[in-house]
Amino acid sequence: MAEKSDLPQGTLDLLILKVVALGPVHGYAIAQRLEQVSRGVVQVPQGSLYPALHRLENRGLLAADWEETESGREAKFYRLTRKGRTQLETEAATWQRLIDAVGLVLKLSEGGAE
Amino acid sequence: MNWWQRLFRRTKMENQLEKELRFHLDQHASDLIAHGLSPDEARRQSRLALGGPEQAKENCRDARGTRWLEDLLRDFRYAIRMLQKQPSFAVVALLTLALGIGATTVMFTLINGVLLKPLPYSDPDKLVSVNGQSDRWNAEIFGEQNVAYLDFLDCARESRSLTIAAALYNGGTVSEPGEPEYVDLREISSGLFSVLRVPIVQGRSFLPEEDRQGAAPVAILGSGFWQRHFAGRTDAVGSSVVLDGKRFTIVGIAPAGFKLFGDEADIYTPVGQDTARYLRNRAAHPMHVVGRLQSGTTLSQAQNELALLGHHLAEQFPDTNAGRTFQVRSLRPNVGNVGSKLWLLLGAVGLVLLVACVNVASLLLARAVSRERELAMRAALGASRGRLVRQCLTESAMLGLAGGLLGVLIAADGIRPFVQVWPGALPRAEEVRVDWHVLLFAFGVSMLSGLLFGLAPALRAPFSNLEQKLRTGARSIAGSSRRLHGIFVISEIALAIILLVSAGMLGRTLLHLSSLDAGVDVRNVLVTRMALSPATLADPAKTRAAWKDVLARARNVPGVQSVATVDTFPMRAGDNEEGYWTSADVPPANKLPFALLTSVSPDYLNVMRIPLRRGRFFDDHDTVESTPVIVIDDVLARNAFGAQDPVGKRLWIPDMGYGGNVFEIVGVVGHVRHWGLAGDDQAKVRAQIYYPFAQLPDGFMHRWSELMSIAVRTEIPPLSALASLRSALKGVAGDQVLYEVRTMEQLASESLAEQRFLSLLFGIFAGLALLLACIGIYGVLAYLTGQRVPEIGVRMALGATARDVIRLVLRQSLGMVFGGIAVGIVTALAAGRLLMHTVDGMQSTEPSTLILTIPVLVLAALLASFGPALRASRVDPVTALRQD
Repeated sequence: MAEKSDLPQGTLDLLILKVVALGPVHGYAIAQRLEQVSRGVVQVPQGSLYPALHRLENRGLLAADWEETESGREAKFYRLTRKGRTQLETEAATWQRLIDAVGLVLKLSEGGAE
Repeated sequence: MNWWQRLFRRTKMENQLEKELRFHLDQHASDLIAHGLSPDEARRQSRLALGGPEQAKENCRDARGTRWLEDLLRDFRYAIRMLQKQPSFAVVALLTLALGIGATTVMFTLINGVLLKPLPYSDPDKLVSVNGQSDRWNAEIFGEQNVAYLDFLDCARESRSLTIAAALYNGGTVSEPGEPEYVDLREISSGLFSVLRVPIVQGRSFLPEEDRQGAAPVAILGSGFWQRHFAGRTDAVGSSVVLDGKRFTIVGIAPAGFKLFGDEADIYTPVGQDTARYLRNRAAHPMHVVGRLQSGTTLSQAQNELALLGHHLAEQFPDTNAGRTFQVRSLRPNVGNVGSKLWLLLGAVGLVLLVACVNVASLLLARAVSRERELAMRAALGASRGRLVRQCLTESAMLGLAGGLLGVLIAADGIRPFVQVWPGALPRAEEVRVDWHVLLFAFGVSMLSGLLFGLAPALRAPFSNLEQKLRTGARSIAGSSRRLHGIFVISEIALAIILLVSAGMLGRTLLHLSSLDAGVDVRNVLVTRMALSPATLADPAKTRAAWKDVLARARNVPGVQSVATVDTFPMRAGDNEEGYWTSADVPPANKLPFALLTSVSPDYLNVMRIPLRRGRFFDDHDTVESTPVIVIDDVLARNAFGAQDPVGKRLWIPDMGYGGNVFEIVGVVGHVRHWGLAGDDQAKVRAQIYYPFAQLPDGFMHRWSELMSIAVRTEIPPLSALASLRSALKGVAGDQVLYEVRTMEQLASESLAEQRFLSLLFGIFAGLALLLACIGIYGVLAYLTGQRVPEIGVRMALGATARDVIRLVLRQSLGMVFGGIAVGIVTALAAGRLLMHTVDGMQSTEPSTLILTIPVLVLAALLASFGPALRASRVDPVTALRQD
């Protein structure tokens, strides 16, 4: 199946949903956007990008249409469905809680619990 | 898109996928070019970033979710194409599997029909049987018993948890309408049909007021009898039959195929009308009792209630019921000891199927190795390891299913003849048919064998060192499969050995048993049950005279040498067992040794040609007035008197009921194998006592005459005397009939039928397994030698002769064969022990059985390996070396 990603399990889907939420966008642009926004920290393995997109499309979180790009070529543009938006919100919230919790744990001083 | 769109718009989706990825690569490349890379380098880098367009596509296809179905269809088509390309492989594999699965399905169909199917009554889970149990009896010999009629009536009245009904086995002569016929009679309580929920097809069931003494005689006809005597006419209900001289009005017809405790009766009458004394005696236990649980009650509640009722009865009637209680069990079909044999045979065909699977596995493996390059190619093109394994498994599952389909066809056709050749009558044979349980079983077995023989080749699907595998020929990587092939051959041989040794053991047992002395001279003896004219049975003096008359008339029939009356025969169902003691202080019944009792007329010894060892046999001077005498066999003489001479000593037989229960021994005769050639040595009761029919008091005449048989020694083939015997013994009223006619030779042969049948089947299975194993050895060796052609070429170039090469190949084959034999013998010994448990008279495994069977196998294996060896020896070293 998909190659190993540097990203934690499941985060790629969340990131894709977030990028697509900003407006209809094609696969290559998603990869570009992810790399730019994360300032190169998040290296999306392009081999697992498309399987992830297709999976999300099959689950009804994304919809896709063929449209022309600025350069006049036809490309597959992905947009968020209503179901996708709900999913994005819950997952983002979950993610935030997780980071907060992990952050708290990491802030513990070496000496032990206060 | 929903799943079927995804499935059926594949082409469109593939195009779109291609287009999407192409767009990505082009965009990436043009960006890279904009950063100053050369167009070629840019394209290369963009491909690397995507990780190869084909792999990316595969991963996207996987993400679709309907992927497995698409793949399955494609693998299916591919598998069919592969099989079409190699029709001889396909035919061999399919036939092998069809045979194995077919045979297994036949056995399962039998097991399903005979053992697994519920009883053919509605709501069978609620049905129970009620049996009597007594701590005063030797439970090891008698087990559970039936129930006394009065006890049954009490339980039927008192029980709140059960509705119960009872049936009594009996027989009688129907003299009207049609020819006189001895019929199978069931006397039943009025509730029997309703307890079983069996509807009466015409007329009605018995009413409770008909189930009483003095009520008008009524009868229900069995369907078979109705067809025979009334040709299925509807006006039979309301007309009458004359049974044992009494006219019964027919009130109903039982449905066709209705069986009570496994057999179909001719006539049913209400048991309550029977005035026989033993039905009023709580010490006699003739009733078979069935019951239906009231809704809301459980089996254990019913058991507790009946145990309590039994306890009350024991307090109320201590003379007859002390220590007696009742057992309530779920009603099970009565199939005797057929079950263990059926499972044994299923095990045996299972082994044949295993050999078949191993065989196909080794064929597939040989193919898989030669396909290694093709598979490596597919892996390089993006197929994952799981995907390749799945493809291989689809192929073998398809083979398995196709073989299974053929097998089910074989089974559907083969099951009837098989049921018919079953020795004796197979119980519940009418239930044996291919139904959805059987189909499900066959499907499961096919899939399982498909997996079994497909797994090893599939797991060999290459995934590492692709590059090396693509570059080299298939041949140079075959080395590792040699061990696997070796294991296949070893297991085939081992399985074949188990079956061969078992067949050998059964064959030896059969030989041994048929050479045994039955204790009687079975040639030219006719035995038949006989029913006297019902008119003579009422008067004991008339009955005695009638039997004398029968003997005198039979003796005058041309071709008849001597004739005797006898109540129970050797080697036929039916016996009378009583406890005996050698002194007057007789211990309680459960401490007594038991013997088989047979009442005979004086000529019995001559008819059967049983040797007289000591003293005398009976003669016409032994009558009711003279001292009660008996003759014992040498088993009883040895058990009871050791080396002493028993003649003149006395035996106490507490339940004989006449002569003060003390008898003088006047003679000793040879032991007769009453339980058949096979069963007698293991029988619990073997000792025998003969007593003269003429000494029985009047009170016994009626009951004894109902069960009487005659034995006739003839000078001509016994069955050819039958017609003249029938007409000579018809009686004045023409209503005396002979029934259940057999020759002693038939009985002796039938007593070995089971052993003969099993050894025949095991012989066939062993032969099949041997044949399959030989095909397997041939295939494996042909393949392995083919792989070694270059090596053989080198050897020959270095001076090896043809003979050396043959020896090389045969040594390889023999190594595998002897490995298999070693494994096989160990398992065969275990299988032999199982056989000894299941088959009467089974001889233990002896070295001679092994010594006889193993050379057969080695020889067959050598024969199978000779072809490949010979071919190897003709290898031309020059071509062989150039081949690489």
